[in-house]
Amino acid sequence: MIEAGSLSASIDGATLIGAVLLEAIILYGVYGVVEDVLGQRVVNRLRTT
Amino acid sequence: MELLGLSLAMVGLFVGFGLLIGVLFGFFGMGGSFLVTPALLVMGYPTRVAVGSGLAFVFGTSVIATLKHRDLGQVDYKLGLLMIVGTTAGIEVGKETVVHLESLGLAGSIISVTYVFLLGGIGAFVTYEAVKGDGGDGGIDHDAAEEPADADDIPEIAKKIQSYNVPPMIDLRGGVTVSLWMILGVAFATGLLSGFLGVGGGFIRMPALFYLIGVPVPIAVGTDLFEIVFSGGLGSFLYALDGGVDLSIVVPLLAGSAFGARIGSAATSIVDEEEIKVYFGLMLLGGSLAVAVREIGNVYEIPILNRVSLALILGSALLVSGAVVYSSITALREESRTASPTVE
Repeated sequence: MIEAGSLSASIDGATLIGAVLLEAIILYGVYGVVEDVLGQRVVNRLRTT
Repeated sequence: MELLGLSLAMVGLFVGFGLLIGVLFGFFGMGGSFLVTPALLVMGYPTRVAVGSGLAFVFGTSVIATLKHRDLGQVDYKLGLLMIVGTTAGIEVGKETVVHLESLGLAGSIISVTYVFLLGGIGAFVTYEAVKGDGGDGGIDHDAAEEPADADDIPEIAKKIQSYNVPPMIDLRGGVTVSLWMILGVAFATGLLSGFLGVGGGFIRMPALFYLIGVPVPIAVGTDLFEIVFSGGLGSFLYALDGGVDLSIVVPLLAGSAFGARIGSAATSIVDEEEIKVYFGLMLLGGSLAVAVREIGNVYEIPILNRVSLALILGSALLVSGAVVYSSITALREESRTASPTVE
């Protein structure tokens, strides 16, 4: 039988790691958009300066 | 003004530190807990929070870096899953070995000496191999991931391991075919060292994938990162159960590293493969020296050596990530110069 305390700790732990995973996916998406919009311009600038 | 319970300066410091680590993580597939945990310890965080938050940060960064490497076609999922199986078994045996050594009172000294020699040994070997190499032909073609690797690019040890025809044989990306038992054996050995030393093991696994199994370096990096998603996720979950994960540390670090990981991952497609190996080797040599200094400080109770050790780790990380960015810019300019005459 699972104790209420350990179940609660597991849910809290999973929520915390889920929050880190969510932040990682959001950052991946947001920086991906930034890279699509500005990436080529930055690369071209680096090539010519 | 405060953000996440931290001063703005502290948030800025974490974002900057995350950026630096992200470049290394995206480029080498290692370096997270190796850098973050000692820094958090020196900043005064309790060991449990430093290790747990370091692992959670490694987990988040490895998700981002793996997604980026997946976009570049550099993750071999089949190899990654097989490595997870072998590594998990190895970690368990490694942990049991530590428990046995602890009962004999020998664990601390043996682990420290092994760590220093392993880091230094791999660092020296990788640097030597890269320096004596022919320099490659500059850059890595991602479309070539499914094509057979050039025989000259496969290390001799890997050729020997690939020659053992023990069924079932497994086809890997980069045109590599190797026995399932060899993959599990290499994974078990790297897991054993990882469990014994109590580290993530990227610095062992990435060179093992290249030198022992023979997969191309970019695929070795991408597949290693894929495995870290699982090991980092499980490790940080276990620490989170005891309240060892502090989001006020992880969130700003991840904001910086997400950007850095994009730069590092993209750089693997621009910078010459031999240069990647030289940087990796130098980074390990710097880490080996730092660990040796820290251990001397602990043995002779000289606290200042802990800070010297951290400065060595951060200094070598800053130098190597700076070199990665500089090499990428130089390679882009070189490419531009060689392309211009044909256009005109």
